[in-house]
This record gives sequence, structure tokens and C-alpha cells, in this order.
Amino acid sequence: MDGEDFLLETRCLTKRYGPRIVAVDNLTLTIRRGEVYGFLGPNGAGKTTTLRMLLGLIRPTSGTASVLGRSPGHPESLARVGALIESPAFYPYLSGRDNLRVMARYARVPKSKIEAVLETVDLAQRARDKFSTYSLGMKQRLGVAAALLKDPELLILDEPTNGLDPAGMADMRALIRRLGSGERTVLLSSHQLGEVEQICDRVGVISAGRLISEGTVEELRGGGSLLVTARPLTRARKRAEELLGRKNVEVTDEALRLDTGTEAAGRINRELMNANVEVTELRWVERTLEEVFLQMTDEKGEDDVG
Amino acid sequence: MLANFSAEALKLYKRPAAWALLLVALALSQVFNYLVPYAGYLSAENDRMAERILAGMMPENLIASSIAGFPLFAGALTLTLGALLVGSEYGWGTLKTVLIQRPRRLSVYAGQLLALAVAVFAIVLVVFALGALTSYAIAASQSVAVDWPPLVDLAQGFASGWLILMTWCLLGAMLAFVFRGMALPIGLGVVWILGVENLITGVAANLLDFAETLEKGLPGVNAGSLVAALGGSADGTPGVNTVVDGTQATLVLLAYAVVFIMVAAVTLHRRDVT
Repeated sequence: MDGEDFLLETRCLTKRYGPRIVAVDNLTLTIRRGEVYGFLGPNGAGKTTTLRMLLGLIRPTSGTASVLGRSPGHPESLARVGALIESPAFYPYLSGRDNLRVMARYARVPKSKIEAVLETVDLAQRARDKFSTYSLGMKQRLGVAAALLKDPELLILDEPTNGLDPAGMADMRALIRRLGSGERTVLLSSHQLGEVEQICDRVGVISAGRLISEGTVEELRGGGSLLVTARPLTRARKRAEELLGRKNVEVTDEALRLDTGTEAAGRINRELMNANVEVTELRWVERTLEEVFLQMTDEKGEDDVG
Repeated sequence: MLANFSAEALKLYKRPAAWALLLVALALSQVFNYLVPYAGYLSAENDRMAERILAGMMPENLIASSIAGFPLFAGALTLTLGALLVGSEYGWGTLKTVLIQRPRRLSVYAGQLLALAVAVFAIVLVVFALGALTSYAIAASQSVAVDWPPLVDLAQGFASGWLILMTWCLLGAMLAFVFRGMALPIGLGVVWILGVENLITGVAANLLDFAETLEKGLPGVNAGSLVAALGGSADGTPGVNTVVDGTQATLVLLAYAVVFIMVAAVTLHRRDVT
């Protein structure tokens, strides 16, 4: 893939606060044109700090970043980027429409765009009401509307479903899927695995300021495993370890989780039966992103301690 | 910058607090420049005193009456306006929303400055206009010949009033950038205007030589001296004094304005927006 296809690139991006706090640590990531990229990490991992650096709100301590071929915060790149960072922040005494009028003036876009984005986020009916009277879901939608004013090539959304009820979350996710379905590139920061799993093409996992893994959701999940329920479990485990090696066998919830492909299922069943093990269940299970994520962040934590 | 100015102007125009400040400034100027003196005129003990009070309310004294309150109460109100406009961007977190739209930081600040300059201009204009109407009405009611100040003097008085209020307004905006908020800048600014300068001029300057020198460089003292140079009475009018001459007062206020603008610009430009 040539460099033209990378809409956003960071190299060794680092942000330190004083000598002890490293919010973002040597972060190198690339986002391709047209993809929906999930930026996944627990609270405090450095996601928002990274996004703020990409938008020029805070300056990196070291490292470089390029957003649409320009340095972060450059007016020419910002003109093509729409963003919602953390909670939506608007003027409480202004209506939703007036808030967008203000933002449209800063962004230098015609006011005719305002009605269009209000329709897109389904807020036209309440556009005359003051922002202070909006529910959290409406505030988030107004934030997305402001981000869409410039019809941006790159849409950066930081935890857009934070604090929403299940219906609000579903609506917001549907909206993000819709916005990312065309040519537009979306960078979605989230700590909600299900959200990232549902929406994103590619995912970068960040923990303690470092990118610890990057790939498609399928790549991160790394396929699946065979789940075997058998009696006696200790004998089944011993035999499975003889067949597959100790590191590929894990006991979970009174069952064995075998790290191997589906093609091995018949052989394993046969071998267990030959070892006088009663197999009551044998099925293929895919790992969830949550399991992968917890494993990654646990390993990262252990590495740091070590 | 004009796009940013139009955004700032829209915000200010729609902001109830900005209108409240204007109304308070108008009410205070009317009460202390005309209503209280008029009551004093009606209950004056002798004709000489009545004539003196009436003369102060006449159209020919429009400049001095209009800007008499600028060094203190109107100054405190425009300091509040500056802190309000800038500080609430931090309080509501809207600065980040603004900056990610497109504009450069200093361009946003230039838009804010222009909006504040226009707002302060409007406050001075309305105070002068309402003062003119009231003084005309009083003169007419007392069958006194109406004599307006020369246009050049009026322009000079208007510009000086704007400079005084703008200096305080810029102080409020600068403090809001420095403290990234609204409450502390307003508190500190008002304490400075109404308390600290009075303590320096009223107490310290009488006891210490260096305080007497320091006094000549204080913004409030120079604002009061500028009002006095334009005909304001230094006898009994709070904040009005004759410590320095009008030219020095103008130059010192201009210097303060430049310093406040520069400190605010550097602070906004260099700091992370978190």
C-alpha cells in the first residue's frame, strides 16, 4: 500500500506530563482512507490524549503526526476533519441550531449545511431548543452534527456512546455505521469492545499509552478454539496436552479450551475416547474481542510489572 | 478573522449575561450621574448648592458625567465581560469545539478582541446617548439653555472612555486565559479595582515613598486621572483623581492594554487545550 492511502499517520508519538506521567508512549499507527478504525483501550489508556494531539489541541512531547498530509491542527487539515472529543461541549444558552451557526462561522462553511446535518442526526425537530435542555443523547448527536458540518473526509469520534442508554447507543452506532459506509474515514475511539467489534474494519489496541496490537477484528481474535466437555477432566486434559502441547490447552469452566483448528476435532474426539474419556460436548467457539482484549491488557500489565 | 468575529459577535449578542451587564452599567450610570444628583438638587439647602448640582447634570457636562464611573464600577463590569467571554470557553469546554473547526488560535483570539472592542464601544455609546437624553430632559424641565460640548471634545471623551473600559475588559480576558476559567479572574479583578488600588493610593502611598511612585503606574489611578483631565471632578467622585496628567494616563492605559493583549495571546498560543 503506498503512502497516499494513509490518511493519518503517527510516528513515535509521545506525550509526557512531567517526569513521571507518560500519557502516550511512542505511538505509531496508520489509518487508511475509507476504513472505520477502532481505537480501543481501557479508560486512561491515552486514547483522548492521542486524539487531542492529532487535532492540534495539545502538543506532543516528541514524535510526529500527519493528518491528511498536514501537521496536526493545521487549518487545511482541520478543514477536512470533523471531530467530537470527549463530551460534546456547546454554549448552553444557545439553541442547537445557533450553536451550529456559530461553529459553521468558525469552520467557514455555508449556513445551508446546518439544516442538512440536523436532519442527518435526527435533531431538526429540537433544533430551536436550548442546548442546556438537551438529553445526553441529543447532545452527543449535536456533537456529531457539528463534526459533519464540513462534510469531512476524516471523522474522529471519541467515545460517542458514553453515557447513552441502550437505545441511544444503538442509534449512535447505526449512525456511525452509516457515516462510515461511503468514502469517509472514521476513527472511533472506544473502550466498549462490542461497539468496536460491530462497527470497525480495523482495530488498534492501546494500553498504558502504548499500541499493543493492531489488525482486523478477525486477526485480533485469532480464529477460535475447540471447547471440549469431558469426564474425567484431568485425564482428558493430560491426553490433550500430550496431543497438542501444554500451552495449547486451557481449562475453563469445567471444560477444556483447545487452541487448534476445526480439522483436529475428529482426531481429538477419537484419541480421548481411546483414553477412556467420555466426551459429552465438542464444539468450535470463537474468541470474543473482549477475551482477546483482556488477555492483551493483562499481558501488557504483567510485562510492565516485570 | 472576520468569520471568527462574526461567530463571537453572534455568541455575545445572544448571551443574556452580556445584556445584563449592559443594563447594569446603564442603570448605575443613570442613578449616580443623574437620579441621585437630581434628588440632591430638589432637596438642596440653598440656591448656590442647587445651581452647582444642576450644572453638573447639564448637557455641557455630558463627557465628565458619562465617564465618571468608568474607572470603578463600569470598569468592573467590563472586566467581568472580558472574563465572561473568554473564561466560559474553558468552563464549558467549548474552546476545544471551536479550535477543531478550523481557525488558528490567535485568529480566534483576534475575533474575541474585536467582539469585545465592539461591545465596549456599544456600552460607551449607550451610556453617552442615554446621558445626553437625560441631561437634555433635565435642562428642558428647568428651562435652562442647552449647550452641548464641542464635537472634538465629545470624540476625545468618548475615545478615552472606551480606552478605560477596554483596558479593564482586556485585563479580565487576560486573567481568564491565565486561570482558564471565569470565577477567579472576576473575583481577583474586582478586588483589584475596588480594593487593592484604593489601599495603595489611600494608605500605602501616604506612608511609603515607593508606593507613591507605584501609584502613578496603576491602571485604575491612570484611568481616574484621565477622567479628571477630561473635566471629571476629583472631589468626592470615587476613582477620579489628579495623580497624573491626561497624556501620561492615556499612554499608561495604552501600555497596559498592549501588555494584557500580548500576555493573553502568548498564553493561548503556547498552552495545551485540555
